[in-house]
Amino acid sequence: MPQVSLTVNGKQHTVEVEGRTLLVELLREKLGLTGTHVGCDTSQCGACVVHVDGLAVKSCTMLALQADGMAVTTIEGIAAADGTLHPMQEMFREHHALQCGFCTPGMVMTAIDLVNAHPDGLTDKEIREGLEGNLCRCTGYHNIVKAIAAAHPLMHGQAPKAAE
Amino acid sequence: MGFEGIGASVRRKEDARFLSGRGHYTDDINRPGQLYAFIKRSDRPHARIASLQTAQAAAAPGVVAVFTGQDMAADNVGGLPCGWQIHNKDGSPMAEPPHPVIAIGKVRHVGDPVAVVIAESRQAAKDAAELLEIEYDDLPAVATTLDALEPGAPTVHDDVAGNVCYDWHIGDKGTVDAAFARAAKVVKLELTNNRLVPNAMEPRAALGDFDTSSGDFTLYTTSQNPHVIRLLMGAFVLHIPENKLRVVAPDVGGGFGSKIYHYAEEAIVTWAAGKLRRPVKWTAERNESFMSDAHGRDHVSTAEMALDADGTFLALRVATIANMGAYLSTFAPCVPTYLYATLLAGVYKTPAIYAEVKAVFTNTVPVDAYRGAGRPEATYLLERLVDVIAHDTGMDRVEIRRKNFIPADAFPYQTPVALQYDSGNYEMTLKAALDAADFAGFEARRAAARAKGKLRGIGISTYLEACGIAPSAVVGSLGARAGLYEVANVKVHPTGSITVYTGTHSHGQGHETTFAQLISDQMGVPIDQIEVVHGDTSKIPFGMGTYGSRSLAVGGSAMVKAMDKIIAKGKKIAAHLMEAAVEDIEFDKGTFKVAGTDKSKTLTDISLAAYVPHNYPIEELEPGLDETAFYDPKNFTFPGGCHVCELEIDQETGVVEMVNFVAVDDVGRVINPMIVEGQVQGGVAQGIGQALLENAIYDSNGQLLSGSFMDYTMPRANDLVNISVGTEITLCTHNPLGVKGCGEVGAIGSPPAVMNAVIDALKEYGIRHIDMPATGAKLWEILQANRPKMAAE
Ligand code: FES
Ligand code: FES
Repeated sequence: MPQVSLTVNGKQHTVEVEGRTLLVELLREKLGLTGTHVGCDTSQCGACVVHVDGLAVKSCTMLALQADGMAVTTIEGIAAADGTLHPMQEMFREHHALQCGFCTPGMVMTAIDLVNAHPDGLTDKEIREGLEGNLCRCTGYHNIVKAIAAAHPLMHGQAPKAAE
Repeated sequence: MGFEGIGASVRRKEDARFLSGRGHYTDDINRPGQLYAFIKRSDRPHARIASLQTAQAAAAPGVVAVFTGQDMAADNVGGLPCGWQIHNKDGSPMAEPPHPVIAIGKVRHVGDPVAVVIAESRQAAKDAAELLEIEYDDLPAVATTLDALEPGAPTVHDDVAGNVCYDWHIGDKGTVDAAFARAAKVVKLELTNNRLVPNAMEPRAALGDFDTSSGDFTLYTTSQNPHVIRLLMGAFVLHIPENKLRVVAPDVGGGFGSKIYHYAEEAIVTWAAGKLRRPVKWTAERNESFMSDAHGRDHVSTAEMALDADGTFLALRVATIANMGAYLSTFAPCVPTYLYATLLAGVYKTPAIYAEVKAVFTNTVPVDAYRGAGRPEATYLLERLVDVIAHDTGMDRVEIRRKNFIPADAFPYQTPVALQYDSGNYEMTLKAALDAADFAGFEARRAAARAKGKLRGIGISTYLEACGIAPSAVVGSLGARAGLYEVANVKVHPTGSITVYTGTHSHGQGHETTFAQLISDQMGVPIDQIEVVHGDTSKIPFGMGTYGSRSLAVGGSAMVKAMDKIIAKGKKIAAHLMEAAVEDIEFDKGTFKVAGTDKSKTLTDISLAAYVPHNYPIEELEPGLDETAFYDPKNFTFPGGCHVCELEIDQETGVVEMVNFVAVDDVGRVINPMIVEGQVQGGVAQGIGQALLENAIYDSNGQLLSGSFMDYTMPRANDLVNISVGTEITLCTHNPLGVKGCGEVGAIGSPPAVMNAVIDALKEYGIRHIDMPATGAKLWEILQANRPKMAAE
């Protein structure tokens, strides 16, 4: 079986995988990182979003082997080492932007990338457009939009944490 | 810590784990030696299984076993039971055809399980399923609600003639007919309520485990009600006694009704785990969710209102055909009857109502309760009908509602369709919503939009629903095969922290926070010292779970009862410790005081004494501070309110853009306003989805055309708008907290508000009615086919 070497949340891993193994399967089943979820089979829902070399990627849409040599960050890896939540996590909690929590890891990872990519600010409309690839069935998005808007100044005020 | 009792927007206790990827959902659980099940499903809507050869699949690499429906039947496995029996007009029981766990002889819908392949890995099971050799003899299929009743339609079940599951009615036909005969005007509307796929973001999953030393079974499953699953699966399907079967519903990623029911896969993995003596896991792929999770709605109705000359409602007559799908799902029969037709009075004092409901079988996925369940269908019918009455008579749509409202001083109010409303104030919520939406200023906004080529409309819906499900004796007399009380066990630990075990289940509702607030408020213990436990039959007493917006109204009331027992016992202990009379002990915010003195004991003093009973009234009182209470509600609860939707239709493309949505709801007392708002917003989003986007479409042959997220339009962030939520309160009069329930109001009130706005936007085109969903394509066609009837400006 082929091997893939990659960094996940700062830790180096070398794992044997079948050629068809998806990145999300590697994360959930081989590395036990079950925070990344699978909500569909057509790349539509975004529950599986992680960062690969700092950019949001649907991990159900990438083969594990394609991540060879890359740095992957999952929802488990974004809080500070002392457990302090990332400002995006904190704002999701503050603004009640999650209910069942299933879409949440993907939402948070997408939202961080969205805010990183727009240092000059984001309108509500831009946030809604930026969430195009993420489905939430619980919240109606209202509070997710609020949380992302609230996280923006915090992330750009405290640059290093968001930069990964 | 700040104020965290009743009425505070306490941030949720459960969020820390969900936000850091430490949630514990069913598919996150793995057991040593675990196998994986892949379910081979029918791709035919209706066929006889001519032959089914499993040998090649069974011999494939990694495969441990292949099982068919015959294998399970041979092992005495029963069919999936139905939990509610409806009776026909003539008193005979509904048709209740068998629902095998895996199809035997015949498949009846696309997605019906045909075989299960169990292997060492998910992929091996899936690969091997390709090697199953299945020959079908196709049969003609019937897919749509109306087609099911056509003379000569194919029959889904050989022994159910004409596909009729039941033909039921409610109300006084004679009185209604007489009112129609003397009416000044009759307004009639035919409408459909589109079929929906619930699509909780977490796909269903089930993991069966068998302990070879004890002989105990454990099922981990994505369920809203683990005890109900244990009862149904244990008693009717697998014949495992309760003491040998544990059902765990851990973190569950949304339910909306679709995770109430006992599903085939739960029985398959549990049974197979016993056969193979190894854990067996199944996780749905989204395409399987579309063809195996119970769908919602799917009604075709005719509604007629008899009016007198000034617009007073005299009588309502409704005939509905409801699609049950291919088999009866657990609670399917009650949805278009007791959760629907009993709601047809709505917020109006219509004196006479008669409704007939025919439920039909079709070659489609079973239909059951989906957020609101029956009540959205009733509300949509009524609130569209009221707007059509305004359209046909030229009366003002707000005034006609006001004229017919049940007035605030008329409660308790007995409707002609069985329910007795305990409280409400529909004028109050109407006024608050109209003000919040600036209804009065709308025409100026319409004109401004017109100038930009946009058709702007505003729509309202004034609704009521019945939840807090439900008084056991009442539902029993209506056909329920279960009680619908709830239970709570409150344990005060020796050093004063508290664990509460509830029979309800949280799959997004935030129970760990709301219930902790309730306990904190009453017991005076900070919420971080309160743990709420749910979802494991080995820990919680036999409770009925979460659906029908019942958790707080029924489950919370059980907690209040249990706390009352704790406090009563605590007073006795306190009286003993402080050498006072029990009658003189007062309890307030965690302290037991002797009235009129400065003597007091904390809850911790009392709990310590209870568990270390050295100085204790041991002759009269058992040690311990641990009480259980069952609460059976006296009535349903009746939340209501007003939703206002404002939107624009692009005249060129037909695309709808939401502009504003206001919901003002009376949900009774509010424990956590932040959570209530979130529940309403989520429900409204689903209602907007139903009205504008979502549609489970079967072609006439029974193939589900919108069977993936590429074809079934789920509302995305950009389809929606900020949803402003207000509450105006009347208290429920029959439960100790005065709460009504907030989980479903959003999905119930919103669809007609949206559709009334769409039709208002098309005012100048003279459109009277459009069926949901009002997609851009549908509206574009309407705009093309119709010319403005008058110059609006
Ligand atoms: S799992 Fe749905 S997009 Fe990846
Ligand atoms: S919080 Fe449940 S799907 Fe988003």
